[in-house]
Amino acid sequence: MTAARLPAGLRALPPLTMVAMLGPVAAGLAGTLLPAAGFYPAAGLTTLGLGPLQSLLDWPGLAAAVRLSLTTGFLATFAALAITALFLAGWSGTRAFLALERVLSPLLSVPHAAAAFGLAFLVAPSGWLARLLSPWLTGWERPPDIAVTQDHWGLAMAAGLTVKEMPFLLLMALAALGQSDATRRMRVAAALGYGRVAGWLLAVFPSIYAQIRLPVYVVLAYSMSVVDVALILGPTTPPTLSVQIVRWMGDPDLAMRLTASAGAVLQLVLVGAALLVWRAGEGAVAFLGRRWIGSGLRAGRADAAARPVALGAAAIAAGSVLLGLLTLGIWSVAGFWGFPDPLPGGLDLRSWMRFATGGGATVATTALIAAIATGLSLIFVIGCLEAEHRRGKALSQKGLWLIYLPLLVPQVAFLPGLQTLLLSVGLKSGLGPVILAHVVFVLPYLFLSLGDPWRAWDPRYATTAAALGARPAGVLWRVRLPMLLRPILTAAAVAMAVSVGQYLPTLIVGGGRVDTLTTEAVALASGGDRRAIGVYGLAQTAAVMVPFGVALIVPALVFRNRRALRG
Amino acid sequence: MAEGLTLDGIRIRREGATLVEIDRHVAPGEVLTVMGPSGAGKSTLLAYLTGTLSRGFEGEGRILLNGEDVTDAPAHARRIGILFQDDLLFPHLSVGENAAFGLAPGGRASDRRATVAEALADVGLAGFEDRDPDTLSGGQKARVALIRMLLSEPRALLLDEAFSGLDAALRAQMRTLVFERARTRALPVLMVTHDAEDARAAGGPVFELGGGA
Repeated sequence: MTAARLPAGLRALPPLTMVAMLGPVAAGLAGTLLPAAGFYPAAGLTTLGLGPLQSLLDWPGLAAAVRLSLTTGFLATFAALAITALFLAGWSGTRAFLALERVLSPLLSVPHAAAAFGLAFLVAPSGWLARLLSPWLTGWERPPDIAVTQDHWGLAMAAGLTVKEMPFLLLMALAALGQSDATRRMRVAAALGYGRVAGWLLAVFPSIYAQIRLPVYVVLAYSMSVVDVALILGPTTPPTLSVQIVRWMGDPDLAMRLTASAGAVLQLVLVGAALLVWRAGEGAVAFLGRRWIGSGLRAGRADAAARPVALGAAAIAAGSVLLGLLTLGIWSVAGFWGFPDPLPGGLDLRSWMRFATGGGATVATTALIAAIATGLSLIFVIGCLEAEHRRGKALSQKGLWLIYLPLLVPQVAFLPGLQTLLLSVGLKSGLGPVILAHVVFVLPYLFLSLGDPWRAWDPRYATTAAALGARPAGVLWRVRLPMLLRPILTAAAVAMAVSVGQYLPTLIVGGGRVDTLTTEAVALASGGDRRAIGVYGLAQTAAVMVPFGVALIVPALVFRNRRALRG
Repeated sequence: MAEGLTLDGIRIRREGATLVEIDRHVAPGEVLTVMGPSGAGKSTLLAYLTGTLSRGFEGEGRILLNGEDVTDAPAHARRIGILFQDDLLFPHLSVGENAAFGLAPGGRASDRRATVAEALADVGLAGFEDRDPDTLSGGQKARVALIRMLLSEPRALLLDEAFSGLDAALRAQMRTLVFERARTRALPVLMVTHDAEDARAAGGPVFELGGGA
């Protein structure tokens, strides 16, 4: 009946959003597949064939690289999910849980590179923990010669990913918890004689998992193919497959790009296969869960043991990121700091001075990219949500998959192709393409963080405003957007954090010529200048925290006389 | 054509099944009470009248306001005022800004301010312009919501359980205030309620919806 037609701009936004989000992924995959088959006109190579695949297979590190990708991916995802589930099972609703949740939420936005550096500085043989425990406990007068970080098995890398992804899964699970009737289910389970952990795992977890399945897949795909964390915590000889792909991409010999493309295709296949295996694993776990329920086993003793373990694991995960950041801070102002002194002998601001004189442009570039990518994405997302509201049609499950797609396709599988494509159509790499590449990753997170508060807004406000004569645009600008100022700013801060933390899109699409805090920080990884790394790691973290501060302060100021919105 | 609100052969269906069927005329100043158990489609009927019917519902029949067919008019052009159970004052605006939200555009700023001040004073809220709506009592909020709606000069008034959120004493007061204002302005009123007391106070005809048959 009166479903007024949407204005043209609003009607165009949802398809445009899909193009902005999925276009680069599709184009990049095409740009990867063709060179992988030998077609690369930019280097004068047009004969299709298996040459690139052959040269990939000839790389002696391949088997180890493939194994690493699989083990780190499965290990990190499983550990992060297990800690999340056990922690929720054993502690949700308790005071300890609330306290840790408050610590974990901001940790979510700490850039991966900063967290990885922090962890490395904490647990390395010459790291802060070893210094604190030496020599009185360990007897070490000099750093022991053991590979704690960059270990051959990728355990440090998996640990780094676990502590960084656990807060992500926990927050996603918490959002799902509200829709799973957990309290009443737990009451029933308790009445039937199940303990806290067992009752939660059997009665609540299945419906939570169904809702966080896509985020779990994102963690798996990401952990298998991440580059920056692998450069910092992963093994070097041979490195992980994704790191090797980036190396090949940077090779002055253009033919190596074909090998890189073949590697990227392999990485894509690996992630796809791993997702299928994980999916099959879900079925197996569900089967075992049913067997457990069928057995009637209450496992009371295991229940009691599981709780402290869960709390300990969650606390260690949160603590290692926090202590890591603290370690970065100490190193950034450290004078001479000999092993095994627990603290540096003196303070020295030289690294920060150097950053103050030379780092300004980098900070500006980082902020500019984050601001424009976030601004563009905000227009896209708010346009899509508003179109959805006016059409009265909610996002389908299929739509949700599309939003997650850019996060499920490994970055290293399509970004090289995207850059190759840009070059072959004569586009220079630079700031513009980098911003568009950031939008691909910023958009999904913005959708996910703004969608819930947007939809939770009481539509009767819209009815009331319309009954008072406000047009749909008036309802949006005069009522909805101001009322949603706080969640919009928070979502924008999440988006900025995503942009600031991006390593590969900046490096590859920028052709190595666009320097952000993250690319500069990761570039320092091989050098071992701990003071400079400390400065850049902290600067990265600060760049992420500032928007969150703004998102707290601005609504408090604007709404200082509006109690209902002060929060 | 007849003055007032005419519901001409209105029938709302979902997935083919008829949910609401009503064919009535509400004269100016009259209150038609629509009663029925929850789920009988009371709110759906109001959504059809305000032009905000959800997808999945199909409505047919005409809505006439003083003889003018507004069935196909967009929600903002119908000039049908509505009050809900909650006051739904816009929390980011002051009391005065809320009241002025629906004022027709144009005119001098000082005149607009005077209009709002007068309306506020009229319901015993003189000088409340700059207050934060959230600091008002329930009864005060309900009164601001009422004058906000009246200042937009609606041609008909819909009440969606508008008194259910108030305690007994306030409720009687608010009912009297709303019905009195509607009568002075000769507004046709359609009130949806599950409270028989509301219907008695309205004194008009009662329409029973659904009954869950």
